[in-house]
Amino acid sequence: MASNNGPAAGAPLAGNLPKRKGFMGWLNKRMPVDEFIAEQLTGYYAPKNFNIWYFFGSLALVVLVMQLLTGIFLTMFYKPGELTSFDSVEFIMREVSHGWLIRYLHSTGASAFFIVVYLHMFRALLYGSYKPPRELLWLLGMLVYLALMAEAFMGYVLPWGNMSFWGAQVIVNLFGTIPAIGPPLVEWIRGDYGIADATLNRFFALHVVALPLGILLLVMLHLVALRTTGSNNPDGIEIKEKLGPNGKPLDGIPFHPYYTVKDVVGVGVFFILFAIIVFFVPTFGGLFLEGPNFDPANPMSTPEHIAPVWYFTPFYAILRAVPDQRLGALLMGLAVVSFFFLPWLDRSPVKSMRYRGWVSKTMLTLFAVSFIALGYLGLQPAEGIYVLWARIFGVIYFLYFWAMPFYSRASVDPVKQVPQRVVFNAH
Amino acid sequence: MRTRMWRPMPMHVLRRSLFVVVGCAVLATAGFVHGTAFAAEEAAGGKLGADWKTQHADTDVANNASLQRGARNFSNYCLGCHSLKYERWSRMAQDLEIPEPLLQKDLMPPGDKPAQYILTSMPAADAEAWFGKTPPDLSLMARARGKDYLYQFLTTFYVDPTRQTGANNLRLPATAMPHVLSELEGLKRAVYKKEEKRGEDGKVITEQVFDHFEQIAPGRLSTADYASFVRDTVNFLDYVGEPTQQARRALGVWVVLFLLVFTWLAWLMKKEYWKDVH
Repeated sequence: MASNNGPAAGAPLAGNLPKRKGFMGWLNKRMPVDEFIAEQLTGYYAPKNFNIWYFFGSLALVVLVMQLLTGIFLTMFYKPGELTSFDSVEFIMREVSHGWLIRYLHSTGASAFFIVVYLHMFRALLYGSYKPPRELLWLLGMLVYLALMAEAFMGYVLPWGNMSFWGAQVIVNLFGTIPAIGPPLVEWIRGDYGIADATLNRFFALHVVALPLGILLLVMLHLVALRTTGSNNPDGIEIKEKLGPNGKPLDGIPFHPYYTVKDVVGVGVFFILFAIIVFFVPTFGGLFLEGPNFDPANPMSTPEHIAPVWYFTPFYAILRAVPDQRLGALLMGLAVVSFFFLPWLDRSPVKSMRYRGWVSKTMLTLFAVSFIALGYLGLQPAEGIYVLWARIFGVIYFLYFWAMPFYSRASVDPVKQVPQRVVFNAH
Repeated sequence: MRTRMWRPMPMHVLRRSLFVVVGCAVLATAGFVHGTAFAAEEAAGGKLGADWKTQHADTDVANNASLQRGARNFSNYCLGCHSLKYERWSRMAQDLEIPEPLLQKDLMPPGDKPAQYILTSMPAADAEAWFGKTPPDLSLMARARGKDYLYQFLTTFYVDPTRQTGANNLRLPATAMPHVLSELEGLKRAVYKKEEKRGEDGKVITEQVFDHFEQIAPGRLSTADYASFVRDTVNFLDYVGEPTQQARRALGVWVVLFLLVFTWLAWLMKKEYWKDVH
């Protein structure tokens, strides 16, 4: 067991903290600095059996900070406007000192954000982290994901390349499929009769001010909810139910220093991979920065294939798999919204896949395969065999969610005995 | 764009266009019938151009001599119509290690200053009148279309009397661009073969498909020399597409090395701390 010198969980922390003198004493009287650190870091007990899947939460936070910082510097040189956007991005790439680095960090950061967030979400599916008592934590996380999608979409419009323009055209027009209010709604979003200067400028405002503020607020609430319920873990056991004589979870260790030093290693590995992309393959073969986006926006010339950036292609494939545009848009929306219902769709008595039967495991595997396959299909032209496969994988995608109330029951998918304590092998 | 006094179509553009048009007229009659009036310069081991779709640019942006030759080619053959509006002459000279006297004497149009962007002197309005569209800026063409595309574009011009410019292209059919490099490459005609294809209604239709090129007039360069001329030019356009790419790779090596050391130390620290967790 760890040497537990921190304050007891649940006990009033401020009372146990040593009285400090000097500057920190002065500060603590006016602001609960030591108390905050004790509550959130040194006195917050996290399960000791976290595995590799638990790196992605802290990584998402690191990427968020990186996007904010690089974004600030980009804003110093970027000039929104249909006559200036494209030129100013090239100015950043060529004439601003290390502007290319800031821009590549930001453009690669967008893709990295989604990679990290998708893995973070998959972890929740794998270990049932959305199940009670963490439903609100899950919903707040999903709201972060929604805000992130809007943020990424609007950010992609800003360079005002030809794919920016046509991508915005396709996505904004989807709102036109809403009955009755659709067409005026689209006009309201664009602020013009087409994607134009007004659209670009409002997307800029939303991208650099409104959405980042919203994301920061939601991330904070997500963390507050996390600190309230405590983290789930690969065994899906509530560590708060097994307290030691000192009132602390027997299977918990203080977040700081144990998980801070561990997360630093994760951040290091992440940045090695990230730097390899930024410095050696920043376009990632056209996946992170698409070729047609090096052509300036041109309403008279449609790119051969309009494809969004890879992180939206699973949903784009579902959209195009449906012959009817309105139904397609509806199913695409449902594909995203389905995640919100997971806490109530899952009827299994256990959280973690480790203790579920083969039905749940198979469904999760099929879902992951479908998600990746749809992502690939969304990049291909919408014709022939690609559409057929998109339909097959689309059906599997929805079955994972909407058949879950049936296949996740213990009567259909017998569960294994969950151990009393977490499984942990010290290295 | 800078404002410039109106200038007539540059002589070299006019000359080259005329060369192509006249060449076509003469050779279309003589060459087409007999086919081998001129010794065709066949690529070693196959018919000329038969494998054009799989040809790669194979450029090396670290090869400075190639970039310098590419800059020369651009200045001599492209700048008449195309700009590099995001690249300054001085930046190019600095990156490609071209001394300024040489830059001014051999590459820059007289009257331009090194700090200016590389802009064509052809007025856009005239260009549109002459070619039907303004020749595109080439600063980002290598990034937008890819190097292989540019290589294939510049090596698959062929004589086509039905086109206004007298030339057509396999990579970009019905291109508005005349074959400005024909004095170097010479003239090729496309040889077609018949191919049977099943249409959507199930009927067999016979189609004319491209088979290979036949050289009908020699240029100043051999096929191999022309290929390396194009390669240098594409290499230069790749550099212009992202002038910082060499600095990027050079810095990247140090960043990754630093991160490897940092992560190793962080891992040692993690191991030390986690000794107490049982």
